[in-house]
Amino acid sequence: MNQWEVVIGIETHAQLSTVSKIFSGASTAFGAAPNTQACAVDLALPGVLPVLNKKAVECAIRFGLAIGAQVAPKSIFARKNYFYPDLPKGYQISQFELPVVVGGAITVQVGAGDKAYEKTVNLTRAHLEEDAGKSLHEDFQGKSGIDLNRAGTPLLEIVTEPDMRSSDEAVAYAKSLHALVRWIGICDGNMQEGSFRCDANVSVRRPGQPLGTRREIKNLNSFRFLKEAIDYEVRWQIETLEDGGRIQQATVLFDPASGETRTMRTKEDAHDYRYFPDPDLLPLVIGDDWVARVRGELPELPGQMRERFTGELGLSPYDAGTLTASQEMADFFESTVKVAGMANAKPCANWVTVDLAARLNKEGKDIADSPVSAAQLGGLILRIADNTISNNIAKKVFEALWHGEGATADEVIEKQGLKQITDSGAIEKLVDEVLAANPGNVAEFKAGKEKAFNALVGQVMKAAKGKANPQQVNELLKAKLTA
Amino acid sequence: MINKSLKELAQALGTKQISSVELSTLFLDRIERLNPEINAFVTVDREKSLKMAADADARIAAGTAGALTGIPIAQKDIFCAEGWRTTCGSKMLANFIAPYDATVIRKMHHEAGLVSLGKTNMDEFAMGSSNETSYFGAVKNPWDRERVPGGSSGGSAAAIAARLAPAATGTDTGGSIRQPAGLCNLTGLKPTYGVVSRYGMIAYASSLDQGGPMGASAEDCALLLNTMVGFDERDSTSLDRPVEDYTRGLEQPLAGLRIGLPKEFFGEGCDAGVMAAVQGAIKEYEKLGATMVEISLPNSHLSVPAYYVIAPAEASSNLSRFDGVRYGYRAPEYGNLDDMYMKSRAQGFGGEVKRRILIGAYVLSHGYYDAYYLQAQRIRRLIANDFVAAFQSCDVILGPTSPTTAFKIGEKSADPVQMYLSDIYTIAVNLAGLPGMSLPCGFAGGLPVGMQLIGNYFDETRLLNVAHRYQQATDWHQRRPDGIA
Repeated sequence: MNQWEVVIGIETHAQLSTVSKIFSGASTAFGAAPNTQACAVDLALPGVLPVLNKKAVECAIRFGLAIGAQVAPKSIFARKNYFYPDLPKGYQISQFELPVVVGGAITVQVGAGDKAYEKTVNLTRAHLEEDAGKSLHEDFQGKSGIDLNRAGTPLLEIVTEPDMRSSDEAVAYAKSLHALVRWIGICDGNMQEGSFRCDANVSVRRPGQPLGTRREIKNLNSFRFLKEAIDYEVRWQIETLEDGGRIQQATVLFDPASGETRTMRTKEDAHDYRYFPDPDLLPLVIGDDWVARVRGELPELPGQMRERFTGELGLSPYDAGTLTASQEMADFFESTVKVAGMANAKPCANWVTVDLAARLNKEGKDIADSPVSAAQLGGLILRIADNTISNNIAKKVFEALWHGEGATADEVIEKQGLKQITDSGAIEKLVDEVLAANPGNVAEFKAGKEKAFNALVGQVMKAAKGKANPQQVNELLKAKLTA
Repeated sequence: MINKSLKELAQALGTKQISSVELSTLFLDRIERLNPEINAFVTVDREKSLKMAADADARIAAGTAGALTGIPIAQKDIFCAEGWRTTCGSKMLANFIAPYDATVIRKMHHEAGLVSLGKTNMDEFAMGSSNETSYFGAVKNPWDRERVPGGSSGGSAAAIAARLAPAATGTDTGGSIRQPAGLCNLTGLKPTYGVVSRYGMIAYASSLDQGGPMGASAEDCALLLNTMVGFDERDSTSLDRPVEDYTRGLEQPLAGLRIGLPKEFFGEGCDAGVMAAVQGAIKEYEKLGATMVEISLPNSHLSVPAYYVIAPAEASSNLSRFDGVRYGYRAPEYGNLDDMYMKSRAQGFGGEVKRRILIGAYVLSHGYYDAYYLQAQRIRRLIANDFVAAFQSCDVILGPTSPTTAFKIGEKSADPVQMYLSDIYTIAVNLAGLPGMSLPCGFAGGLPVGMQLIGNYFDETRLLNVAHRYQQATDWHQRRPDGIA
């Protein structure tokens, strides 16, 4: 692999969260009975005309501003002509030569821990278009059914430069984009329902050589499939080339069952879409005032928030990246800090990204549905900070809060008597008892076995039911043993 | 009664001299008697029409009638009307019952209270200049039944000329209102692009299509236009402008009017008889106090070639929806999906439509787009600029509507280019988006000659005024074909 460089570009179709369709007044709600959300315009009856939904344009502007792109003052809707039963007009209204969003970039965190690094993925463009309907091939006695509910649903197609160099980078980008579109409220990100789907353009080359021939993997609707499909495709392309073969430009589909990609069509049988400006729609003109108004309505963006977290709160870039992976996570963290105080931002970050995340993960819960609220967690962290409880006891308190055994950390600590013993007289008494009861360990320690010390600490903590201040226990033990 | 103007009919209805049901019945009976020969209507529904007439009578009785409530008119079969078969002259839609109303239909019938006498024949999908491409057969010109009425609004023109309807709607993409008006001794107006909503008007070439009125006089057109116009939020190319009354300027004197005569419209290629009639009209206008200004539209010779790139390009895409999947014609037997598409479209469309779809697909295809489509768009701008320059020195432009009078059925159908040249004087107006009219100005060899008036953007009121004053001074527009009056 090290002799080959992987080059990946991603096209994402994000379904925009508008109430009605991009060119008609029909509803965009998911899951209705077939063809109940398709009006005359969606059915492409003779004589109907499209009228652009301003809300969809506003979503595009939001996105453009969020990625630091240029929002085009004038863009053009074009017709992409092809025949398919779920494409009622025989053309899709899209944008071709002049898209609404040009350029921009997204900086993503790739990997974890020491191997983590930042990667900036440049965007080529983002354009507005309408979705097609769906062909249903079951239950029609050998015929196909057409459901046009989805026809005309607004999409933002987001296209990157071929900037990614591994499936990890591709997934990091896709996750980051997924978080961003949800963050700015333009897409619900529901991948199962097809609200967010990726196409990956994959090629390989020898480093320093021009770009290789790419193959496009269509319609990847999970991050796992995105990774598996790219990994398979990369292996296949490298093997093909090393076996002396050539890569032919093609569109391929990923089969999750076999983990393989298969060719759908090659360049030779590619459509000529005969794009031309849609004469039914005027050029989309977006004035500075409109852009300014949308800018004023934007929330703090993940990038800005990351900078604030690393700056004001002194978090690591990795923690800041994890915490801003979704609006919900960031909100939870900020609410936690509000209770625990900025001085405790670091433990707040640890609790949210490690302990809480693991616990949620175990139960398959979203942070928005966390049984432990941000206020409860903040209260808990305060008690660790002021030495009321140790980290170990805190985990017990957290579990108790998780199971609703108290309204606050303080109540749990009080009710279950978990308050840390910091009275040095009481701790000294425990230490003396343990030393007297464990002469073997004492002897071992004095013979130079450091491990015996840890065993003694454990005994003291056990005697204190975990509530003794560990630092005080350490100090007292050490003092007594070396006296 | 059948020869009365819309104003006179409105008066007769208002004074209870006749009811809308009686008036509509009169015309429905004429249609029943004469249409089998003229073939102007493809769909008549007496019951529906009389229901509308009864509703109009109720409005008149209740005192809630508009200016034209109760007057029956004919609708070109390109406008979707709920519950009415809407064919667009094609086998493809021969059994299509529209489930919704075009904005024009809503405005004229539901708001203004006009009665629909039925749907008129037309060239298939408005592609043609003779009405011969209709799936429902050629329409006969009432002035000479061996001749064409022009097209594509030939059914509407023949219906009015044969007094099967007092007035009608048409649509004009390259001359489809003006040319048949000229060939049938009628007055027809194509408004500025964007004045009449295109919603529900089956698209041929979206950037050129415009609906408009056809009638016996400029006054009738003005009255009818009043009921058709207005901003429509369902049509993105509809223009949001203050409502005007197009009759308000009809009587303005023409003293001081500057009429531009484009030298390109008075050269070779126009029949002598047509030219003589147009020259006669110029003399008449001079008598009315207008002055003639020679102008030039230097790019007008490019209008037919540009049109036959742009219009087919848009049509090839607009007509893709007729795929046999959801409505319209589907071949009775087919193999797979592609076969279903090919057979349905091959059998459902006529020859001229297929020709334009092929031309359109060709000029839009990869590698040809720049040389044809973009080049044609550049020419389109040049043509529009010619008019802008011309209107610096004149108020309206005058010339012939068509180079010939009505030709014989079958005469040009084998030669598409000859047919396309029938629209040589009218096409530039659509490319520029300007308003244009045709009105009767005499006869040549016993056949009507139309003259064309072209106005600046939104100058419909002035055009109608210029036409009306001429019609006050002449009686060409009152002539009727033999055996009709």
